[in-house]
Amino acid sequence: MEKIWEARLKTEKVKEKLSIINDETISGIPVKIIYLPADIKNLDYDRNLGMPGKYPFTRGVRETMYRGRIWTMRQFSGFGTSKDTNKRYKFLLAHGETGLSVAFDFPTLYGRDSDDPLSEGEVGKCGVAISSLADMETLFDGIPMGDVSTSMTINGPASVVWAFYIAAAENQGVKSKVLRGTIQNDILKEYIAQKSWLFPPEPSMRIITDIMAFAAKEVPQWNTISISGYHIREAGSTAVQELAFTLKDGLTYVEEGIKAGLDVDVFAPRLSYFFNSHLDFFEEIAKFRAARRIWARELKNKYKAKKHESWLVRFHTQTAGCTLTAQQPENNIVRTALQGLAAVLGGTQSLHTNSMDETWALPTEKAVLIALRTQQLLAYETGIANVIDPLGGSYYVESLTNRMEEEAYKYFDKIDKLGGMIKAIENGFPQREIANAAYKYQKAVEAKRRIIVGVNDLVLEDEKLEIPILKIDHQVEQEQHRRLNTLRKKRDNNKVRKALKELKRVAQSKENIMYPILDAAREYATLGEICEAMKEIFGVYKEPPMF
Amino acid sequence: MDKKLRILVAKPGLDGHDRGAKVVARALRDAGFEVIYTGLHQTPEMVVSTALQEDVNAIGLSILSGAHMTIFPNVLKLLKKKKAANILLFGGGIIPDEDKKILYKLGIGKLFGPGTDTTEIIDYLKKYFKL
Repeated sequence: MEKIWEARLKTEKVKEKLSIINDETISGIPVKIIYLPADIKNLDYDRNLGMPGKYPFTRGVRETMYRGRIWTMRQFSGFGTSKDTNKRYKFLLAHGETGLSVAFDFPTLYGRDSDDPLSEGEVGKCGVAISSLADMETLFDGIPMGDVSTSMTINGPASVVWAFYIAAAENQGVKSKVLRGTIQNDILKEYIAQKSWLFPPEPSMRIITDIMAFAAKEVPQWNTISISGYHIREAGSTAVQELAFTLKDGLTYVEEGIKAGLDVDVFAPRLSYFFNSHLDFFEEIAKFRAARRIWARELKNKYKAKKHESWLVRFHTQTAGCTLTAQQPENNIVRTALQGLAAVLGGTQSLHTNSMDETWALPTEKAVLIALRTQQLLAYETGIANVIDPLGGSYYVESLTNRMEEEAYKYFDKIDKLGGMIKAIENGFPQREIANAAYKYQKAVEAKRRIIVGVNDLVLEDEKLEIPILKIDHQVEQEQHRRLNTLRKKRDNNKVRKALKELKRVAQSKENIMYPILDAAREYATLGEICEAMKEIFGVYKEPPMF
Repeated sequence: MDKKLRILVAKPGLDGHDRGAKVVARALRDAGFEVIYTGLHQTPEMVVSTALQEDVNAIGLSILSGAHMTIFPNVLKLLKKKKAANILLFGGGIIPDEDKKILYKLGIGKLFGPGTDTTEIIDYLKKYFKL
């Protein structure tokens, strides 16, 4: 039957029509014109798919999926001071958002205070400035921390910012045992892609295993690592690379946890994932499905996890920021809707939909409301939440899911040959693979083998930007300086010094470092002070420049 | 090109978004330029000192963090101070038109935005250096 279709293709008319359409996925997997039963002839329902909520979870991690509970609507958000962002959170919660997600500014991501000389010009620009517990208290002022679940995109200084969160909750009278949320805390992908690292790999892994142990005891409902493919993808990787590098990072955390003497079934259930949803619709869906199957199999068979919660890829998805265009920005609403659709058909537990103006700046209130409405519309108007894994059994999607899985394992083998993920990163392997893919993609766009509407085709001549853009006031930086000045005068500096000294002592011991970090946070030691103390003991990471 | 032009591609500030800088660095190299890439987290002092050490003809700054109104003028000031204002300072990133106007007035070279073809950057440099 396929032959007949291919013969038809060769007639000029059809061929001409098809010439502008890509015949491979973004990962470079060739795509046929039609998929047939023969393409999935080896598919065994129980072995490859199974029921939702049952091993190997290809069809979803929950038995009832969205009928039981709709995905969490979580818009990544933060700008200016903690006061500005607090207002935005209340706005989003008032409009039906169901979880918070904190975006920090660059100084915070690098463990620096707002008044650090390197922070100049960056305070509050790409996210909210949080330099101490006091800022965290303002950020959650009037928001009941015992009720809301909060995701925080923080990595190098995750331990410290998380301590601020726990201490802020204490001050609201909320016990750490009931706190729900996520710290990204995925340092491996920082070295690979997002680049907001602090310490070298070895002490970083020690801090992470300390966090896992601390959480198991003190904050049991918290997701301690959000193993992230998002930034790997944004840095230019393909879907296959995103899948492979992210899962391999995840498996590396599992190995490190086991090496540190933790029981895999104690920490693995608190690992969650964060993926990108990009343009290639079916490839994205296949990627999500493959991720669940690979992780379940590896955790069960290789790492001998016994609890079914350890086998689950629970994941948050963000639509792909890098696919948004500065040109004709309203079109981004459509891109985002389609990417959000792919995430839901792929079984995401939580979703961020990008705003149309995000190539230009952090979103305005109006833009973020449209973005939130986009996913509400997906949830409540389209009917897609009714049926679990509705593309399961599709010849194309199943065949592509298998192929994604095979390609991921090829990367696993390569990484294993290099001595594992940490060694591969030190050797620059994933970084090079991603840079190559980014360059190849750019070349394909410039040669018009990939069409980007409004950018390399269907361009509007003399286009003027017609949407409003959010501006961050210069005052933010000065305001933060003032706040820090007051804080340093008001707090008990003797206690701060003692806490930092104790932190340094523990950093050099085998004791869990989270306890002294939390104590320092409670004394209003600043982010920069705590991170500097840790840098003294752990050193800093430096990346060799390459392109 | 007879004598290869030397271009410094730099990532100043804390911004870790290096995809664009790397793609541009590679495209310039493929187009026959000599390219030096600073890597991440450079202060204006570091950028200018590398530029002088490497004897470059132009510096391309990549900034996506919104810190462009601080960093571009700082680098330019330092270049003037070091009597190296003959080095072309250009750049790319997310820079709104109104900010571009102010930076152009200061004497910053062309600023390229999202969606720019790398050939556009190559053509600009070739034209500027009359190649």
